[in-house]
Amino acid sequence: MSPATSPRPQPTSSPESEPFWAATRERRLVLQWCTSCGLAVQYPRSFCPHCSAPRSSLEWREASGRATVYAVTVEHRPDRMGTDAPFAVALVELEENVRLMTNVVGCEPEDVRIGMAVRVVWEELDDGRNLPLFEPEEE
Amino acid sequence: MTRTLRGAAAIVGVSDACSPTGELDRFGRDLETQMVLEALEDAGLTLADVDGVCHAQSSMGFAEYLGIHPRFTDSTNTGGSSFEVHAEHAAAAIAAGVADVVVSVYAATPRSDRRRPGAGGRYMGGGPMPSAEWEWPYRLRMPMGPYALAASRHMHEFGTTSEQLAEIAVSTRAWASLNPRARYQEPLTTKEVLESPMQCSPLHLLDCCLVTDGAGAFVMTSAERAASLRRPPVYVLGAATCHDHMMISQMPDLSTTPGVVSGRSAFDMAGLKPSDVDVLMGYDSFTITALLHLEDLGFCGKGEAGAFVEGGRTAPGGSLPMNTNGGGLSYTHPGMYGMFLIVEAVRQLRGECGPRQVAEAEVAVAHGSGMVLSCMSTLVLGTEATL
Repeated sequence: MSPATSPRPQPTSSPESEPFWAATRERRLVLQWCTSCGLAVQYPRSFCPHCSAPRSSLEWREASGRATVYAVTVEHRPDRMGTDAPFAVALVELEENVRLMTNVVGCEPEDVRIGMAVRVVWEELDDGRNLPLFEPEEE
Repeated sequence: MTRTLRGAAAIVGVSDACSPTGELDRFGRDLETQMVLEALEDAGLTLADVDGVCHAQSSMGFAEYLGIHPRFTDSTNTGGSSFEVHAEHAAAAIAAGVADVVVSVYAATPRSDRRRPGAGGRYMGGGPMPSAEWEWPYRLRMPMGPYALAASRHMHEFGTTSEQLAEIAVSTRAWASLNPRARYQEPLTTKEVLESPMQCSPLHLLDCCLVTDGAGAFVMTSAERAASLRRPPVYVLGAATCHDHMMISQMPDLSTTPGVVSGRSAFDMAGLKPSDVDVLMGYDSFTITALLHLEDLGFCGKGEAGAFVEGGRTAPGGSLPMNTNGGGLSYTHPGMYGMFLIVEAVRQLRGECGPRQVAEAEVAVAHGSGMVLSCMSTLVLGTEATL
C-alpha cells in the first residue's frame, strides 16, 4: 500500500528534531510547542520562530494524528521517481495547525482530494524509526 | 561623480561567542540564532525589526529557520571576507532605502565537531538540511513537484483549470515562433498541452520549462556614465525582493508568493503601476509560476489570472505582452533563467527585437522567481523617457 519498490530516502535528523524521531519508534506523533506564545513549531528548532522565545520555552506534546489535505500532486512517471508510481505526495495540515509533507496511502492516488480528512499511519524505516504517512479517515 | 556610503548606515549591535577551551556547547543553526538574538538585544531590537539577512551559505535557509520574511537578502560567499562584503552590501541597501535592519551571522565549530558524529562539513556553517528530514523521504520530484502542489491549491481555491494553464504555454510559444533563436518555434495548441504526458499532476510535460544550455550577462553603471555609452540606457526604476520560505512545506500560502511584497515595493519605488507596464518578463519555470506572478504583481486580482490569460491576452497582439523571447517554456531554460528576463527586457526597451518587438515599449518588468516560489525579486526598468 505504501511506496516500496523504490528505495525511500531515509530521513536525517538533527539535535532539535531528535525527540520527534525517538517518538516515531513507538509510532507516536509528537510536535514541538512554545509555552510562551502557545503555537506549535514545525520543523523543530532551538527557539520559537513565532515569538523568539528561547529553547527553555519549548516542549514536546503528542499530536492527534488527524489532518486535512492542503495540497496534493500525483507523481506519474515510474521511470523518474520509482516503479511504484503513480503515488500521491501531499501537504497535510495537522489539527495543531502545522503542515507536514507526506504520502497519502490507502486509496488510489488520484482519489486524494484537497480538504480530505486523513490520519497518520506509520511505515517502518531501516533503523527502527517510523515515517509518518497519512491515509483517508474512515467515514 | 562621487559615490559614497559615508554616514549612510551604522552598526548598532554585536555579539560573539568563544571559550578558553576552544570549544562551544552550541553549534549550527542554534548557535547562529543565539548570536543574532544577542546582537539584536545589544541593539535594543528584536527579530521583528529585521528585514534583511546576510548569510555566507544560505540566507534563505537561515531566514526560514528564524521564521522571518526578509526583503533584503545576501548569500554572498567570498571566504573569510564574506562579512565585510555583507556589511558593504547592507550599507548600500540601507542607504538606498531597500532595507532598514540587516543582520549578518557566522557560526562554525570545527573543534567540537570532531567529537560530533555526522558533523562533517558543519564547520562551513551550512547548518542543518531540513529538506532531507521533512521532504525528501516523500519523493516529491524536483523541481516540478512543489509547483504542482501550488497549482493544485490554486485550482482548489479559485477554480483555475488546466486549460487556462495551457493557455500560458500556447501564448508563450506564439512569442517563440517570432524568435529564430528559440528552442521551440512551431505553434502549439491547448489540446497538445493537455495531451502531453502528465508529470506531477496537474502539470503536464508542456506546462514545464525546457532543459537547455544557455548563458547571459548584463553590465550596470551610473546613469551619468551610461548617458555617454553606445546603447540607449535602460534605467532601473524600481527593485525589490522578498522571500518567505526555502522549502515548499514551509511556504505560508501556496497560492500567494512573496512577489506580492517585492512587486508592490518595486512599483512604489518606480512610481508606476502594473497598467504602466509594456512588457512583462515573468519567470515561467512552469505555467503556474507565470500565472501566480500576474496576480501577485497586481496585473489582475488574486484568483483571477486563469480568466486573465484566456483569449491570448499575453500573446503577440494581446494587451499584456509577456515573456516575449519565448520564455523558459519555449526559448531557453538552463536552470537559473532570471538572467534572460533582464536581457529580453533590455532588448525590448532598446527596440531591438525585430518581429517580436513590442511597439513603443517604455516600461518593462523582469520578475525573477528563485527556488520553489521562495524568493521573488522584481525589477522595474524604463527608457530615458520614463525618467
